[in-house]
Amino acid sequence: MYSAKLMDHFTNPRNVGEITDADGMGMEGNPTCGDTMKLFIKVKDDVITDAKFQTFGCGAAIAVSSMITEMAKGKTLTEALAITKESVADELDGLPPQKMHCSNLGADALRKAIEDYRSKHVQG
Amino acid sequence: MRVKYFDHIASNPLLPEVLEAMMPYFKEQYGNPMSMYDLGMNAKGAIDTAREQVAKLINAKPSEIIFTSSGAESNNFALKGMALARQDNGKHLIISKAEHHSVMNTARSLEKQGFVVTYVPVDEYGMVDPETVKKSITKETTVISIIHASSEVGTIEPIKEIAAIAMEHKICFHTDAVATAGNIPVDVKDLGVDALSMSAHQFYGPKGAAAMYLKTGQRILPLIYGGIQEGGRRAGTENVPAIAGMGKAAELADAELPKRMAHVRQLRDRLTEGILKIEKVHATGHPEHRLPGLASFVVEYIEGEGMLLLLLAKGIYAASGSACTSKALKASPVLISMGVPVSMAHGSIVFSLGIGNTQEDIDLCVEEFPQIVNRLRAMSPFAKEGWGAMPAEGDSKEGA
Repeated sequence: MYSAKLMDHFTNPRNVGEITDADGMGMEGNPTCGDTMKLFIKVKDDVITDAKFQTFGCGAAIAVSSMITEMAKGKTLTEALAITKESVADELDGLPPQKMHCSNLGADALRKAIEDYRSKHVQG
Repeated sequence: MRVKYFDHIASNPLLPEVLEAMMPYFKEQYGNPMSMYDLGMNAKGAIDTAREQVAKLINAKPSEIIFTSSGAESNNFALKGMALARQDNGKHLIISKAEHHSVMNTARSLEKQGFVVTYVPVDEYGMVDPETVKKSITKETTVISIIHASSEVGTIEPIKEIAAIAMEHKICFHTDAVATAGNIPVDVKDLGVDALSMSAHQFYGPKGAAAMYLKTGQRILPLIYGGIQEGGRRAGTENVPAIAGMGKAAELADAELPKRMAHVRQLRDRLTEGILKIEKVHATGHPEHRLPGLASFVVEYIEGEGMLLLLLAKGIYAASGSACTSKALKASPVLISMGVPVSMAHGSIVFSLGIGNTQEDIDLCVEEFPQIVNRLRAMSPFAKEGWGAMPAEGDSKEGA
């Protein structure tokens, strides 16, 4: 039911964990199925230098989290904001239709992390 | 890699003796059982034998066995057929919140036809209280259907007590015994039921053969109209090979029941003991009144599908009642009715054991499972801080 690429990101997830001195943190949850994702970013000169995640959820939710951290790293904040649910799913060679909405939390969590970063650095 | 199949509640492998009993009816004995010549008579004979074998397994009369195609068909037939045959007397039914979808959704379809359904709750062990059933009875109640044992939490319901209450009130009583018939002793006389559903592939028979027991004298309307097969109660040319297989599987189950039960019970206890050593893992269902081969748990802070995928990578086949593993993306209604919070129900994991499992299989699972749990917990935002971080709406949606 899952692509080989998705299974690889589920069984060998990249960037698992917490960044204790993160510059931004975004949390996104789906109340129906319970999937919850926390995404941490480090930012330097408007570029995401590091990203880590913690996720509660199914195989798809974990793979999406792993993939979005990989996609975000090295991107400018503007480029990172252009990442969509669809582009994450495409990078994973597709998601089963019923998982497309409930487990595809990465893009929203990343947007929240960037907003969190910007809210802290606007005045500063 | 050796397959460690711990999902016997989903289906079972066919026993070689059963396949052997089926083969002639795939091959040379291809006649229609309604035909008068030898090819037909032989096929008819196979059905008659199977009817006796199945009847013996549950202590019924052969004439009280109606062959169907699946447990779901038997459940649909029982509920619809008995409710519709009695609708002049009343249109109220009682079922429990631990029912299989094939009972639950049949009841819902009857609601659309003007029936009123009471869904009695279960306690924290998944047990229906006979007193609650009694209090739910109205003058309009015509059918009560309570599952014999839940396939998700394994709890065996007090069917005898509930059937006695139904009889006292002259109400038809049906039990869905798909998870129990052929796996634990099921005696329709002792239980006192009017109707009962059972399915062959739950006791090492073939898929596509199932039965409904209907006590002599009970009225029912057919689901399928046509010829006079199954006494006019279920039309359609019989699935002769599958029915022959069901008969053989019933005969073997009847003969080997104590041995099979002792085997799976011992393995289940070993597995349960091993798994409960992991922190924040809780057994679900009743600790004693439960299916001998079923071990069910909720694992905190992680989700069922992830566990299943990582178990599968080790050749271990299990099941989960979590929302993510269900196609409907809804948490198990049984667990929710038991008062398990939605957040925890996500961590449901169910192992159902069978006669082919060995001690080595269990030991491997006990060794691998804690590592799988740790691996997923290391990724979980809740493992360190507890459930506090769960989005608030998550616990409210399906609480009823």
